[in-house]
Amino acid sequence: MREITIRDALREALREEMQRDKTVFLLGEDIGRYWGGAFGVTKGLAEEFGDERVRDTPISESAIIGVGVGAAITGMRPVAEIMFGDLSALAMDQICNQAAKIRYMFGGQAIVPLVVRTPFGAGVNIASHHSQSLEAWFMHTPGLYVAVPSTPFDAKGLLKTAIRGSNPVFFIEHKLLYPLKGMTPEEDYAVPLGVADIKREGSDVSVVATLYMVHKALTAAEQLNREGISVEVVDPRTLVPLDKKAIIKSVKKTGRLVVVSEDSKTAGVSAEIAATVAEEALDYLDAPIKRVAEPDTPIPFSPTLEKFVIPDEKSIIKAVKETISKT
Amino acid sequence: MVESVKLLEMYRQMLTIRFFEEKVFELYGQNLVPGTIHLYAGEEAVAVGVCANLRKDDYITSTHRGHGHCIAKGARLDKTMAEILGRKTGYCKGKGGSMHIADFSIGMLGATAVVGAGIPIAAGAGLSIKLRGTDQVVACFFGEGASNQGTFHEGINLAAVWSLPVVFVCENNLYAMGTRQSRVMAIENIADRAVAYGIPGVVVDGNDVLAVYEAAQVAVERARRGQGSTLIECKTYRQKGHSRFDPALYRPKEEVKTWMKKDPIMRLQTRLMEMGVVTEAEVQNMVQEVRRSVDEATKFALESPFPEPDEALDDVYSTIEGAVTK
Repeated sequence: MREITIRDALREALREEMQRDKTVFLLGEDIGRYWGGAFGVTKGLAEEFGDERVRDTPISESAIIGVGVGAAITGMRPVAEIMFGDLSALAMDQICNQAAKIRYMFGGQAIVPLVVRTPFGAGVNIASHHSQSLEAWFMHTPGLYVAVPSTPFDAKGLLKTAIRGSNPVFFIEHKLLYPLKGMTPEEDYAVPLGVADIKREGSDVSVVATLYMVHKALTAAEQLNREGISVEVVDPRTLVPLDKKAIIKSVKKTGRLVVVSEDSKTAGVSAEIAATVAEEALDYLDAPIKRVAEPDTPIPFSPTLEKFVIPDEKSIIKAVKETISKT
Repeated sequence: MVESVKLLEMYRQMLTIRFFEEKVFELYGQNLVPGTIHLYAGEEAVAVGVCANLRKDDYITSTHRGHGHCIAKGARLDKTMAEILGRKTGYCKGKGGSMHIADFSIGMLGATAVVGAGIPIAAGAGLSIKLRGTDQVVACFFGEGASNQGTFHEGINLAAVWSLPVVFVCENNLYAMGTRQSRVMAIENIADRAVAYGIPGVVVDGNDVLAVYEAAQVAVERARRGQGSTLIECKTYRQKGHSRFDPALYRPKEEVKTWMKKDPIMRLQTRLMEMGVVTEAEVQNMVQEVRRSVDEATKFALESPFPEPDEALDDVYSTIEGAVTK
């Protein structure tokens, strides 16, 4: 184990899988030798594996994913990069109608081992078309898996699992987390899909959070701990499949639930998790579930506006305290 | 010159598609076909002329009007009919229906009902061929309406710049549902668009199976040699409406009449008889034989059970995890 960034962890996963399996190849806009990806994840890979396996594409999101689908159903394991998650809207048909449904509508004849990597998240003042968190679009599409790693360990392990699997995986990276460092094994390992990780143990309130919100929840938990409130932080790591068992187990222990997600509140990640607990573990709750999410607005540009809409530690602390005062 | 054995085989396939579609129409009239149908009758020469150049390990992608593509690529009639009737024994176990038939064992990569969506997927299969280093070829079928989708531009541009072994086959039947081509395009030939991608574009009489065969032969050989993609536009006409409820009143009667006279099967039949390849009696024998095979497929489909309701939950995800090909 050594400390590396999420950016490096992702690159290691790609490199190791490309070395291991020659059917793995990458495609996307400016991922090759001239740029190495807008966030630098694929830097150096074109030099190492050649332009044939690290393919720069035209600005054609629909074709990037469509080509990925066609290659995946004929024996390859493509990893497609969409430069910003917002741009996945341009490829929605290929992701949600083609990749996600091909196996099912053809009666299980095909496997679609396609990984679509893309960054989500706000916080760097790049406004409405480069900042969204659209997890719910993909959670709502049966046939896709949705990964949401928050640490280098999870990022590398989940990406390896995604590439080795036989289903399409929408692999979400948070653009603020690329430089985040964490202990990551050098030897081969994989993180299974659908297994949550308890990022901090606690006994009073369960906070379920994903991506960058995991780290805000951990900061909030630290602060609350000083005030005598013990918070458990549960990171689902994948939204599909969702580790309901782990979430419910934590709720049974604490009796209180706060769900924190960076996407907008209506019909979002937090809604799904809250509904799951309400449906399957209501009797264990000592207080109403609280949700901390973005208000239902596009992401604004100006720093004061943007800061206002992104959930922060303060709003998490407030929500946790509310679940306690309600008991 | 195309060998007479090949000509006869193409004739038999065209007949098969025609009789198959007639049977589907008949079954629909008896309320035995759930949902909708888009018949290929009248366009048989396109699928047959193109697929006659393909090997079993070559790929095709198809559309909502896909029964003809399946049959021409070698799909079984019984499993195709069973799928159209929503039966468990169908190609897709009743999950896909008329608009989503696939047979991966013969390189039929499936029909998509989103107009134009198969174009980048075909390019992806072409990229896969290139990366795996085989000499397979992909034929990608779509209508003239699809050529107005962004996927047409994105997919063909990529196939062209990466020199992928894909033959793009535009079945121009003049109408996108009820919208005549001239109302939505300022050009007459879709093949002209090939210039924009730097690949050859060819216009052929899509109701002349030999013309289609020869154009496809050049394109397929070119693709197999690693020289890249071609766009072939086949001018054709659907003899029925767009889908099952469409009486196609938007088409002038004279136009329909003219195209009915250009029926691709009658044209080939006349030619074969003139060439002395077949006699009237041999034609009649083949007609009987093909009808029998369609009837047998229909019997199989009608006798097949519907899927159990909870089979709706199967095959959303593959359970083969970590399937790794070295």
